[in-house]
Amino acid sequence: MIAYYMCFGLFFVGLYGVITRRNLVKIAISLSIMEISTFLFFALIGYIDNGVAPIVNPADPDKIYVDPLPQTLVLTAIVIGLATTALLMAVIIRLYRKYKTFDIREINELRG
Amino acid sequence: MKGMTIIVKKTAQLIAGMIFMYGIYVIVHGHLTPGGGFAGGVIMAGSLILVILSHGTDFFSLVKEEMGTTIVESAATICVILIATAGFLFGTKVFFNNFLPKGNVGDLVSAGVLPLYNIFVGIEVAASVFIIFLSLIIFKEESPK
Amino acid sequence: MNQLLPLFVIVPLSATFLIMIFGRFFKDFNKYFASCVLLFLVVLSFYSMISLNGGLSLYKVGGWQPINKIPIGIYIVMDGFNSLIVCIINLIGFLVVFYSISYIKRYTAENYFYALFCLLIGGMNGVVISGDLFNIFVFLEISVISSYALVAFGVEKNELEASFKYQVLGGLASFLILFGIGFIYWKTKTLNIADIRAAFSNGYDKKYYLFVQLLILSGFGLKAAIIPFHAWLPDAHSSAPSPISAMLSGVFIKAVGIYVIIRLFFNMFEISEGMAILITTLGTISMVIGVFLAIGQWDIKRLLAYHSISQMGYVVMSVGIGMILVSRGLKPEVASLAITGGIYHLINHAAFKGLLFLNAGAIEYTLGTRNLKEMGGLAKVMPVTSATSFIASMSISGVPPFNGFFSKLIIIIAAILARFYLLAALAVIVSIITLASFLKFQRYAFYDKPKNPMGSEVKEVPFPMVFSMIVLSILCLLLSLLVIPSVREVILAPAVNILTDPLKYSTFILGQ
Repeated sequence: MIAYYMCFGLFFVGLYGVITRRNLVKIAISLSIMEISTFLFFALIGYIDNGVAPIVNPADPDKIYVDPLPQTLVLTAIVIGLATTALLMAVIIRLYRKYKTFDIREINELRG
Repeated sequence: MKGMTIIVKKTAQLIAGMIFMYGIYVIVHGHLTPGGGFAGGVIMAGSLILVILSHGTDFFSLVKEEMGTTIVESAATICVILIATAGFLFGTKVFFNNFLPKGNVGDLVSAGVLPLYNIFVGIEVAASVFIIFLSLIIFKEESPK
Repeated sequence: MNQLLPLFVIVPLSATFLIMIFGRFFKDFNKYFASCVLLFLVVLSFYSMISLNGGLSLYKVGGWQPINKIPIGIYIVMDGFNSLIVCIINLIGFLVVFYSISYIKRYTAENYFYALFCLLIGGMNGVVISGDLFNIFVFLEISVISSYALVAFGVEKNELEASFKYQVLGGLASFLILFGIGFIYWKTKTLNIADIRAAFSNGYDKKYYLFVQLLILSGFGLKAAIIPFHAWLPDAHSSAPSPISAMLSGVFIKAVGIYVIIRLFFNMFEISEGMAILITTLGTISMVIGVFLAIGQWDIKRLLAYHSISQMGYVVMSVGIGMILVSRGLKPEVASLAITGGIYHLINHAAFKGLLFLNAGAIEYTLGTRNLKEMGGLAKVMPVTSATSFIASMSISGVPPFNGFFSKLIIIIAAILARFYLLAALAVIVSIITLASFLKFQRYAFYDKPKNPMGSEVKEVPFPMVFSMIVLSILCLLLSLLVIPSVREVILAPAVNILTDPLKYSTFILGQ
């Protein structure tokens, strides 16, 4: 059970980073930490005690396998996470070009 | 972007091909072992990125490379969609139908259309990860005005 | 089983990559191809809605049949409710892409614009028609990633900053949704919406259920910009290119936010009274605060963006009143009246808010400014823009005989019949403040003395933009026909039935 709580701990570590950090790249890293915590959670809920990797062995069909569905979901989510992180980094590089800084306090044209 | 020293260049030349072949191996055995299109594609893109990082390029060839890779990526995605829609024509006539013969469990040529999906997804992922790398370098190299 | 249902995703998705390849080699291929694709999708969506005939339609992807009545494949479901939303998405999408033919000429990378636009349409269609929780998440991410890129399309300071904010908050929302899906899968071991309801109906832990509901509500609430989660919306919607603002404000927040909330809380979760009261409260708060934030704005697109929050508040409040009545088991006809009002206002809002953003885009196209203080006297030089924006302003502020009046009337009548007198009074007051705000917009933009330095050089916008605006303003008038009971029975009643009678949805899907 402790592992599930640690997933949540990791999620809040990421959330703390997003809220308190001032550097754009550090915010992106914190978002990635949150992302990883959700993936870890998915990997954990598919685990079954004494289960083996779900590769079918025709000789021994009665083995206990872990649940393969969350693993496929995590793979899909990782692909999506790759795309979002890449886009976020591209926007950060462009922002650095325009403002010459990574400090979020100086990037405040939009308000009201 | 400048290249690195001769030692790095030679080492990269030696291992880049092997990494590429390993990526192909992971893609082709995707329906038998863990791995598949995405994992193999990322390995293949890794070998390409290694070559560019060690040897260095100039800005214009990067842009040219990016255009060509985009077309490869889009074509591979279109192939995946075509295989999926081919399910409308054969068998039970539904989208994403596995219409090829399944073969024996454990053979390299088995599992119907799954290896085809793996191959095209692998090409697509390799191209798109490579494009991400290229675009980030292009953003960095663009001379600030 | 309607064989054509997967085409809603296949066609825009393949159009994206065809544009990426052929748009490089053939000039003007991208805009005409994208228009043709969207026109085809409009025809397809109306055909599917008519052939549905008030029932449900189910498509099993890959031909995976259920085992022991447990669905194992991906299901695509179309019913009375989401067929309406699909029609809105594709119709507004077609008009917007036609409008962009002239508008987007001033940006450099036209090719990427049309490719990303098709991807956005494909993602939204996928969210709306899928009957599977994880599929909703995947298509949601496809559409939001393309919307992040489209918001930053101008790559100037404002656009990039808005896109960064939007990406951080959107990423947070995605992880909350993913956690919610994980918790649901942990207990039920299934991802099909109807099957999850069946699995939860065997009894569940109350606190766990509430926690999952809160996760899902806050995740999709962030996407829908209901008030405590609204911080990104004014920036993102005002910085995007105007056709994209029309798409995001008119359709996107409904398809990926409001629609999913309504669908999941009626058809997947059992409606509990506390949750219904929470949703109604959130709706009321965003209705009231949104309009007060809007009233001091001088930037047209920011003003319209805040009004989007406020109008979505009407929808959420009205649907919430219906939920409260359903959960108490009282007055079923009033509950269905309230939900009818909410869905009707959802459709109307797509028409008039899309039109208002296209008008704002037309003004920006000719004058090059979005500040109301720098405009004036445009009524003489831009007659079509002026007339259509007058229609849209009157619609959104609820003046008869335009469509907004009738939907707001239904919402207020339903609130009074359900004895929520305070909510009815607030709805009337917010409507009046909206009218005041839009009279200010009309006066400063169109009827004051000209203030812009360009003077007589200002002309009416080109034909494609004019065409889209005229069609949308005709739509604003036509949609008021939905209030006639015989028309309402055909179009809105199936949507309401599927929501108020959740057993119909789950028994149909599990029975196939």
